[in-house]
Amino acid sequence: MPKDHGIGASSKRREDVRFLSGRGVYTDDMALHGQTYAVFVRSNVAHGRIKSIDTSAASKMPGVLAIFTGEDFKDVGGNPAGWLINSRDGTPMREPKRPVLAHGKVRHVGDAYAAVVAETYNQAKDAAQQLADDSDIEELPAIVDMKKAVADSSNRVHDEIPDNLCFDWGWIEDNRAAVDAAFKSAPHVTTLELVNNRLVPNAMEPRSSIGEYNPGTGDYKLTTTSQNPHLTRLLVAAFVLGIPENKLTVVAPDVGGGFGSKIYHYGEEALVLAASRKLGRPVRWTAERTESFLTDAHGRDHVTKIEMASTKDGEILAIRTETLANVGAYLSNFSTATPTFLHGTLMAGPYKVPHVYVNVKTVFTNTAPVDAYRGAGRPEATFSIERIVDKMCRELNLDPFEVRRKNLIQPDQFPYTTPVGLVYDTGNYQATLDKLIELADVKNFDKRAAASKAKGKLRGMGLSTWIEACGIAPSNLVGVLGSRVGLYDAATVRVNATGNISVMTGAHSHGQGHETVFAQIVAEKLGIPESSVEIVHGDTSKIPFGMGSYGSRSLAVCGAAMTKAVDKIIAKGKKIAAHMLEAAEGDITFEDGKFSVAGTDKAKTFGEIAFSAYVPHNYPLETLEPGLEETAFYDPANFTYPAGAYLCEVEVDPETGKVDIASFTCADDFGHVMNPMIVEGQVHGGVGQGIGQALLENTSYDENGQLLTASYMDYAMPRADDVPFYTVDHSCVTPCTHNPLGVKGCGEAGAIGSPPAVVNAVIDALHRGGHTHVKHIDMPVSPARVWSAING
Amino acid sequence: MHNFDFVKPATIADAVKALSAEGAQALSGGQTLTPTMKQRLAAPSLLVSLTGIAEMKGVCMGDDGLSVGAATTHATVAKEAAAHYPALAALAGGIGDPAVRNRGTIGGSIANNDPAACYPAGVLGSGATVVTNRRRIAADDYFQGMFSTALEEGEIVTGVTFPVPEKAAYVKFNQPASRFALTGVFVAKFKDGVRVAVTGASNNGVFRWAEAEKALSSNFAASAVEGLTVSADDMIGDLHGTPAYRANLVKVLTKRAVAAAQ
Repeated sequence: MPKDHGIGASSKRREDVRFLSGRGVYTDDMALHGQTYAVFVRSNVAHGRIKSIDTSAASKMPGVLAIFTGEDFKDVGGNPAGWLINSRDGTPMREPKRPVLAHGKVRHVGDAYAAVVAETYNQAKDAAQQLADDSDIEELPAIVDMKKAVADSSNRVHDEIPDNLCFDWGWIEDNRAAVDAAFKSAPHVTTLELVNNRLVPNAMEPRSSIGEYNPGTGDYKLTTTSQNPHLTRLLVAAFVLGIPENKLTVVAPDVGGGFGSKIYHYGEEALVLAASRKLGRPVRWTAERTESFLTDAHGRDHVTKIEMASTKDGEILAIRTETLANVGAYLSNFSTATPTFLHGTLMAGPYKVPHVYVNVKTVFTNTAPVDAYRGAGRPEATFSIERIVDKMCRELNLDPFEVRRKNLIQPDQFPYTTPVGLVYDTGNYQATLDKLIELADVKNFDKRAAASKAKGKLRGMGLSTWIEACGIAPSNLVGVLGSRVGLYDAATVRVNATGNISVMTGAHSHGQGHETVFAQIVAEKLGIPESSVEIVHGDTSKIPFGMGSYGSRSLAVCGAAMTKAVDKIIAKGKKIAAHMLEAAEGDITFEDGKFSVAGTDKAKTFGEIAFSAYVPHNYPLETLEPGLEETAFYDPANFTYPAGAYLCEVEVDPETGKVDIASFTCADDFGHVMNPMIVEGQVHGGVGQGIGQALLENTSYDENGQLLTASYMDYAMPRADDVPFYTVDHSCVTPCTHNPLGVKGCGEAGAIGSPPAVVNAVIDALHRGGHTHVKHIDMPVSPARVWSAING
Repeated sequence: MHNFDFVKPATIADAVKALSAEGAQALSGGQTLTPTMKQRLAAPSLLVSLTGIAEMKGVCMGDDGLSVGAATTHATVAKEAAAHYPALAALAGGIGDPAVRNRGTIGGSIANNDPAACYPAGVLGSGATVVTNRRRIAADDYFQGMFSTALEEGEIVTGVTFPVPEKAAYVKFNQPASRFALTGVFVAKFKDGVRVAVTGASNNGVFRWAEAEKALSSNFAASAVEGLTVSADDMIGDLHGTPAYRANLVKVLTKRAVAAAQ
């Protein structure tokens, strides 16, 4: 029988009570005495030189309190890149300053070059319009296409960077010659050029920030839509505004989704703090949806040529890729890590391929910054690999299931060292593939295809066997590789006098369900009800210094820290129990919420020990401090490596090119699962976003750098009827070998594994329908593109 | 959004009078106007609501066909026209989402004449008559290109009268993002011939596909249009489809509408 509480139970999400009843408190919900409104003046050209900004008329308009331009911030720091990448020749990446407000030049449509603060929102809007009218910006030719950007040094996003190149990275450069040699002698080479399309994250809650400065204390508070408040505090304090960390509190309250886009610090956060300091009043800003489209860090945007060397019977011998990765106009905080260490290191996939070489050139363009978005680099790698495996199978007339099976790393080969620098600790890729074949009822595909044909539809199935790396770590290794931050996490477990518990976590929940799952884990370990555990997150004045939530790291890293802190609580509890029970500490056991003297019926409940810790009348005060509160930091020894196999079936309408997802089946190995319901929900959401990327989402800039898809009128997000009822399985378990919970992370898996399954299925359907000339269709595989491919 | 004044007259005469003021703008369901105002792309000083005028609301079957008041919502048409003109009711029931259908009106739709709107195809395909505060305008004369109609200054649509065909259907192919009609085809078979109206496809707005009408008038079967070709000249090309793709959809959807007609 399934458990009804603790680890492994599908406990209902306690946070949903407030979310579903309208009682969540998001940044924009907070009304503050004396609050003022900031509105940003944003460039409507992609590239331009700021000749003048005349503030005289706007500053006299009703309600206007302050106007800021780039000039006001020219002497403070820029928003830094979080990861230093060196080019193949050893030179460090080019790192242009990313100012709070654009200064000198505007570099993408939506780039903020001024801000107005006024008594009301409408007054600020009116003045911002006036300021826009009174600004003289000389439009320069826009740099949009990456290939042209690197070829033309006469036109530069940043004047000091001649070829618009941030870096030219080779991974692993020393292996390049051996990889090239493997290609030269290979019996077969498959080549594919493909696009990982740019995506707009589209969190349901737009970004929002409130700055509060208290002139009486000199304290600052930033309430903001962040996935990691401590990182934001560090960036604002140490790099941008120079506020001492101890004088700045950052609060990320309820946050309505992030998908990566709220990891980063943005200039708006610095502006509201600086404006509040100037005015001595709270300053607030919330993005309009169009601002979200224009200025949230976008995702993906790779153009890749991938080659695969193989034998004639499908044994993979080598993989070689050349990628242009768009970083947009400025370096967002993790924009340099995403196309490199989150992408190139995954380019062996789940396969025992001996030779891999990855080249990535990152390019500045006059477009919104691009950074990590659900999956971050791993979807790009997975799409490239899984598309070319399928193409190789077609070219050699081989079965895609069998070719994958033949190449998968075998269970007895773990730990497995890949040629791209990772050590996969554990896995059983055959098991998830077998599970998938069973669950997806592959053997009866032909019957379903016949039924589709009778309706005039072409049915196809597409496979993807994927692996990813979560919980990026350890800090000392990533430091060597260029990371400027640590990648540990932290938790404080505070046992209250009456035995209930507050857990302060460095991880931040913006939809994931931490408040439920973390409570399940603590309750299980301490043998107390889940309802006795409260999870506190998102406020730097309450929580230990943690790195927030992204990269499917919360459970694998912060969950591990929390587990360590609980272990410390138990250890101290044993000391207290030994004193109270007049026994040796070594004789005390802890089980089911009770400290017992082994071999006797003498015991104290967890609640009695907690009470004694805070009312220490009968307590070993000479040797033990009172109180029962422990903090632990955890820095993982390795990444975790979730893996799985996905199968998508589609029906294609050959007359219109419309693709319908007929079924989508997932067999995942996430290690131990803490809450199956939440894990399945994460997979549903991830696959939904993957289907969005594969079929619908098309971020399109025209040649002038205007974003053509800046609203839901033209940017297609998946809706409920675009996705099927999923079949999701996570019964294949190989526990992570290096974290105490044996967990791997599930948040991004769906978005990583699904796009190639969808596109492979479409190509399969077209081939089965006789359209064998179609080798590839770039995402999004829209009806018009499918129809053009069929008729092209 | 900028500030504006708002009036909700109870008669057509009062509405026309109010609209004569400088900066006045008629407001029906507001499904285009309100978002435009929120984006500050329109800033009328006075909004004259047409939804408080009783004689402009409702669905009524009469001798000359089905009359629909201009301020009747899509949801009401979907429900109340179903017994009389199922194809029109289905068209109305397929516009947007429930929120749009409960606010948006037929008069607002055809006065705006968005090239991707559904109603223009239904009105033109039915050979309906657009009734205004001044005159009755045949659908063939009313639609004059993208966002352009025969309406004159001070003239408002008060209703539309639809002759009810023997058989009809509207089939649209959704633009993936907005779910407006990337292309939509309304086919109506009358005793004296067939009308085929196409929305979403042409740079000139809703239009009649004359060759298909001719072919279907002699043989009302999907196969009758099989041999016809649709020129891609003047078709819309954008992110969601090339002119050739839309030309293809015109033919595919016409066949499907004929097959679905009832």
